[in-house]
Amino acid sequence: MSAQKGREITISVLKFNPRSKVSKPHFVDYKLEETPGMTLFIALNYIRENFDPDLSFDFVCRAGICGSCGMVVNGKPALACRTLIANYPEEKLTLMPMPAFELIKDLSVNTGKWMDKMSKRVESWIHSNEEVDISKMEERVDPDIADQTFELDRCIECGICVASCGTILMRPDFVGPVGLNRIARFEVDPHDNRTAEDFYELIGDDNGIFGCMSLMACEDHCPKHLPLQNKIAYLRRKLVSLR
Amino acid sequence: MKINYCDALVIGGGLAGLRAAVAAQKKGLSTVVLSLVPVKRSHSAAAQGGMQASLGNSKMSDGDNEDLHFADTVKGSDWGCDQEVARMFVHTAPKAIRELASWGVPWTRVRAGTREAVINAKKTTITEDEDRHGLITSRDFGGTKKWRTCYTADATGHTMLFGVANEALRHDVDIRDRKEALSIIHEDGRCYGAVVRDLITGELEAYVAKGTCIATGGYGRVFKQTTNAVICEGTGQAIALETGIATLGNMEAVQFHPTPIVPSGILLTEGCRGDGGILRDVDGHRFMPDYEPEKKELASRDVVSRRMIEHIRNGKGVPSPYGYHVWLDISILGREHIEKNLRDVQEICQIFNGIDPADEGPKGWAPVLPMQHYSMGGIRTKPTGESQNLKGLFACGEAACWDMHGFNRLGGNSVSETVVAGMIIGNYFADFCLENDVTIPTATIQKFLDEQDKYLDEILSYNGSESIFKIKNRMKELMDEKVGIFRDGPHLEEAVEELKELLVKTKQITVKSKERAGNPELEEAYRVPKMLKVALCVAKGARDRTESRGAHYREDYLKRDDVNWLNRTLTSWPNSDALEPEITYEPLDIMKMEMPPAFRGYGAKGMIIENELSAKRQAQVDEITEKMQAEGKDRHEIQDALMPFELPMNYKERNERAGDK
Repeated sequence: MSAQKGREITISVLKFNPRSKVSKPHFVDYKLEETPGMTLFIALNYIRENFDPDLSFDFVCRAGICGSCGMVVNGKPALACRTLIANYPEEKLTLMPMPAFELIKDLSVNTGKWMDKMSKRVESWIHSNEEVDISKMEERVDPDIADQTFELDRCIECGICVASCGTILMRPDFVGPVGLNRIARFEVDPHDNRTAEDFYELIGDDNGIFGCMSLMACEDHCPKHLPLQNKIAYLRRKLVSLR
Repeated sequence: MKINYCDALVIGGGLAGLRAAVAAQKKGLSTVVLSLVPVKRSHSAAAQGGMQASLGNSKMSDGDNEDLHFADTVKGSDWGCDQEVARMFVHTAPKAIRELASWGVPWTRVRAGTREAVINAKKTTITEDEDRHGLITSRDFGGTKKWRTCYTADATGHTMLFGVANEALRHDVDIRDRKEALSIIHEDGRCYGAVVRDLITGELEAYVAKGTCIATGGYGRVFKQTTNAVICEGTGQAIALETGIATLGNMEAVQFHPTPIVPSGILLTEGCRGDGGILRDVDGHRFMPDYEPEKKELASRDVVSRRMIEHIRNGKGVPSPYGYHVWLDISILGREHIEKNLRDVQEICQIFNGIDPADEGPKGWAPVLPMQHYSMGGIRTKPTGESQNLKGLFACGEAACWDMHGFNRLGGNSVSETVVAGMIIGNYFADFCLENDVTIPTATIQKFLDEQDKYLDEILSYNGSESIFKIKNRMKELMDEKVGIFRDGPHLEEAVEELKELLVKTKQITVKSKERAGNPELEEAYRVPKMLKVALCVAKGARDRTESRGAHYREDYLKRDDVNWLNRTLTSWPNSDALEPEITYEPLDIMKMEMPPAFRGYGAKGMIIENELSAKRQAQVDEITEKMQAEGKDRHEIQDALMPFELPMNYKERNERAGDK
């Protein structure tokens, strides 16, 4: 660590406990010295250990893999663990919990509950009636198809696309980019026997594929760079033909 | 008082817990999974490189089978593992991978034709046969005879976790997240469930079940420098320990991974080296061939980690603000390979260090240093996964000492274990739940709930000057400094003594907010004492084990001692007021081994205090093998004669392979 003193930065955090009768939403500013490579994971833990042990936030992997730590940083949803403070020339970062999800406390929101409902709604599992004998050779899959499935399977359910989505603000039951991506993923997978008609049953309405307004903030903010725009457009073209 | 009844209770929602839950649910049991976080956020998701299974599909894995996987696993364990369990594991692994494929895990597949690969820092051409096109392929990992590690780019754990979690949803497993188990409910040596705290409302509830399976992962977070997620705090092992009945096995067996990136500690997969990446020192020199001419960067993890530190101690480390490190160079694999197969690695380097590892020359080298990575120790079980002492308590995955890893785990064997143990132990666990009833009185359940209720009040009433965060940080530093890669008696003794002092100090704190819900400091206040107990099991076990075996390396006892230490350390905590665990040992029987102790094939030679039974057993094994071969028996029949093993379901069936004659 260089001996040079880092910038003084201010992390301004929305604090609110919806379970408390007295708590009201308000911002609290914490001032700290920036260290080289400091991420919001490092800064928030420093704040909790030194200034405010009551501050609630979620981290698990702290490496951009698990999708736990989505929050709104200076107005844009992002994964806090891989948000480098050095990338913000302004010396103040304002943190808010992601919209669209139920608030637990402060920066912590219940993405798990939302994603569980979404997964059940799009029946996010392989549909096949075939009994597989696991002692025998596996079914062959073309390497390109396996790669294509993997590309769409990389979604980590962080909820950033949902927090970015204009449609969800108007239609709370919208399946969201994450749900549409899930359909796209199973549509490619040769193990899944569902037809376009089956997928139409699941998402062929205004809370599904036809609700998307193509604002595309989902793709802009997706930390895994999933091709949401293309896939939503593709699904819509495919399913609209069934109408 | 809220009591939730179910047939099968699984604590922990990673790969092992979810797979075990699917096994229970499929047998018609009402199954509940409790998880600290939404299950798809579990640490299983962080596994990058892959899962070992001897499919033998691709060119470089042709001829692979259970016997080779078994031998590699036993050698990797430095003969510390339970060989019967290792056999159960290697035999089920190919089935696990094929089951996962049918559940939608998009394994990377064999592509017919030629491709370039980097082997031993040289570009090599590999040609895959037409008749293998579309089968599951595999890559190279340390300590294995064949290319056995199946993968989906470098996001294997993620795709596996989503596959298994989706299957759990499909079977309507009742998954409840943001729930933390605080203690085990038990009576007369039998486990009946757990007292659980809701992490949103703060409410305490009891979960009562016929059987309970702990699958809460490892305890890496008792160390400061670790690749583990922040939830890997070892509290699953701790609540088992706190029963005073269940024992923990081999807690001192802690693995350090060679290539986490400095300073964040985020893992760069072993696949980097498996795919041909190399380690370089301050001069840019590739140093591993100087130490390990045969396996080089692909010796087992304990060996590579120690060689790196040794080289740094020899003055060849790269100085940095965070101390010395060495370089990992994957640029030699070429940009195309990195952007396809090591994309997460590339992103981690770019985001956290501002490096593009595909850039050629020193510009693209990533700073790496060994850090804590895996817990071989855990809740000691029988081969069925049930605790040896507490009936009805099962454990699987990293939380358990089952024990197929012994004193060192091979890369690719841990994610493999999660699912394989979930299949095997999950089925034994389900059978237990089918055969046993809940017979515990409500009053006993109330007693366990009241205890935890009172304990939380007690914590909130503490009025001392210590900070729980400072105690936790000191523990982590201490574990790094004195219970790390290189260990010795005096430092381990100091560690044990200071950990005991820290445990005392956990009652001399003040928790600022008095809220029972949404209070992160309260959560630290009840977790840290549990972590300290786990840390004490590690430190005391290491202090008493006066030999070097696998990842446990004593600078004052350099040899592996098969005469005195061919055993498993068992720790228990019978007296809740005690400041340290009690230790006993469980011997390993050479005369029952299929593979008696010998040299591992990497690391320094001549560093074994041999047990005379090893040669005796080897002679027996050779004799039986030769005789049966002469009689025309196949390898399965010979194996069965040497060391029979059982498996549930139809998992004992032979695995079909493309190379079968």
